[in-house]
Amino acid sequence: MSGDWPFSGPVLSASGCGGTGRELASYGDLADLGGFVTRSITLHARPGARGERIVESPSGLVNAIGLQNPGVEAFLGEELPALLELGATVVASIAGHSLGEYAEVSRALGRAAGVSALEVNLSAPDASGAGVFDIREPFQAAGVVAACRRDLPGGVLLLAKLRSDASRVVETARAVTEAGADAVVVGNAVPAAMPDGRPGGLSGPAIRPLALRSVSLAVEALPGTPVIACGGIMDPADARAFLDVGARAVQVGSALFHDPTAAHRIAAALAAGGEPR
Amino acid sequence: MSTPLGPLHVTGEVLATKTVGAHRHLTLVAPGIGERSRPGSFVAVSTGEARLARRALWIHRVRPMGGHRATLDVVVEPRGSGSRWLAGLAPGAAVDVTGPLGRPFALPREPARCLLVGEGYAAAPLLALAERLRQRACPVHLVLCAPDESRLLDVLEARRSVAQVDVVTGDPQAAIAAAVASADVVYSAGSVPTLRACADAAAAAGVSCQVALERHLTCATGLCSGCPVPLLHHEEDGGPRVVRDCVDGPVFRAGLVDWESL
Repeated sequence: MSGDWPFSGPVLSASGCGGTGRELASYGDLADLGGFVTRSITLHARPGARGERIVESPSGLVNAIGLQNPGVEAFLGEELPALLELGATVVASIAGHSLGEYAEVSRALGRAAGVSALEVNLSAPDASGAGVFDIREPFQAAGVVAACRRDLPGGVLLLAKLRSDASRVVETARAVTEAGADAVVVGNAVPAAMPDGRPGGLSGPAIRPLALRSVSLAVEALPGTPVIACGGIMDPADARAFLDVGARAVQVGSALFHDPTAAHRIAAALAAGGEPR
Repeated sequence: MSTPLGPLHVTGEVLATKTVGAHRHLTLVAPGIGERSRPGSFVAVSTGEARLARRALWIHRVRPMGGHRATLDVVVEPRGSGSRWLAGLAPGAAVDVTGPLGRPFALPREPARCLLVGEGYAAAPLLALAERLRQRACPVHLVLCAPDESRLLDVLEARRSVAQVDVVTGDPQAAIAAAVASADVVYSAGSVPTLRACADAAAAAGVSCQVALERHLTCATGLCSGCPVPLLHHEEDGGPRVVRDCVDGPVFRAGLVDWESL
């Protein structure tokens, strides 16, 4: 691992689910979370998808946000200072339409003071719709991680965010670890379709069993690689289930849309229940 | 880190319910939220564990009731599964409430003739707004409209408290165009076609216009980026921008909104 584990607790917010940080901070102190993961930042600002962006699905949500984000410059100028002011341990999520863009964003954010970790988004569920480098094969994921790793200063952790795909998660996790990822995040919203057929991602409790299976497989196959679990965690019992199969930490995402205090509640409950194994 | 005036997330309780026409009115106990709200603020409520998205409701009234200092009245029009669930709640039911949310209506600095246009359940914030305007010596003209009589809101109360009230069922455009001619400021709350009619009439007459723009919300708290509103000009930097309805609105200056791209 390139640096120390920077997360003071086992509960982080998930990418794309905490706004800019300011909004989440209305409901709890960001310093009380293990980390705050930003929405995926690209080199230039992106306006995001046209049309309906999020619809309810039974016990879940289907989203096609299109990676709306302010771009590197505005993130570094406005959002990062605000996050640090709020006491957050900042994990910058990054994405790009090419290897070159991933590398450039990684360089810019990885060298910024106050960024504790990079989370390389290798699993945008609507990659084609969002204009993201299309990662289908483990070697492609590894290529992106290698490009991001190259200029990353020591001390900045590199997390690779993968899909909760039980048939591919082990080989992908192995490939990105060999390419220089310090830990893997399993996983993103799963590829799905909006009601009109546009590509999107399904998240929430509907996919929790898929995530649990994928996390278990990754933990078993790669004992030396920390796994951060993400997928439908709504309450402390859900978080414990992932920690019990060997996840090192969890991310809370869609639950925040249902209850903006969810991550803080889960963090407090885990802390009260003693140190997770 | 909560600011004193930031939103709160509380487990509230349904205190009272009543049916008025096609709407279900709920009175909620949600400590601290009513005291912080302004006309144009809204709340987000949860409708059971299986529905992840929140349901956004305009704050209709804030008043003391049953020993509580500031209960909230909200108006539910049962349409989808979430709003039907809300409409079916009985007094005593627990409900998670977050609020007050959003940017409320901005009040004129000087006394001005104000036209308020409210359509259906979305007219909910306008009586409270009319009260505030009257305190500022602004003459108020209220147009209440709805597709049919069962969805008109507050007609009797409005006639008791506002000097000039017009009620329109069906297409409100002609009434809006006529009323804008004698206004200095227009406030509008309703469907997008009605907001746009107000925006266009106000622009033609050269008067300012604020719209309470309802979009389909998921989190309602600024976390999810699911409620984009395209702006022609951003107030801060002048360029076109896509902002969030729930935190950058829901009240916008009508001239900033890119209605064509909405």
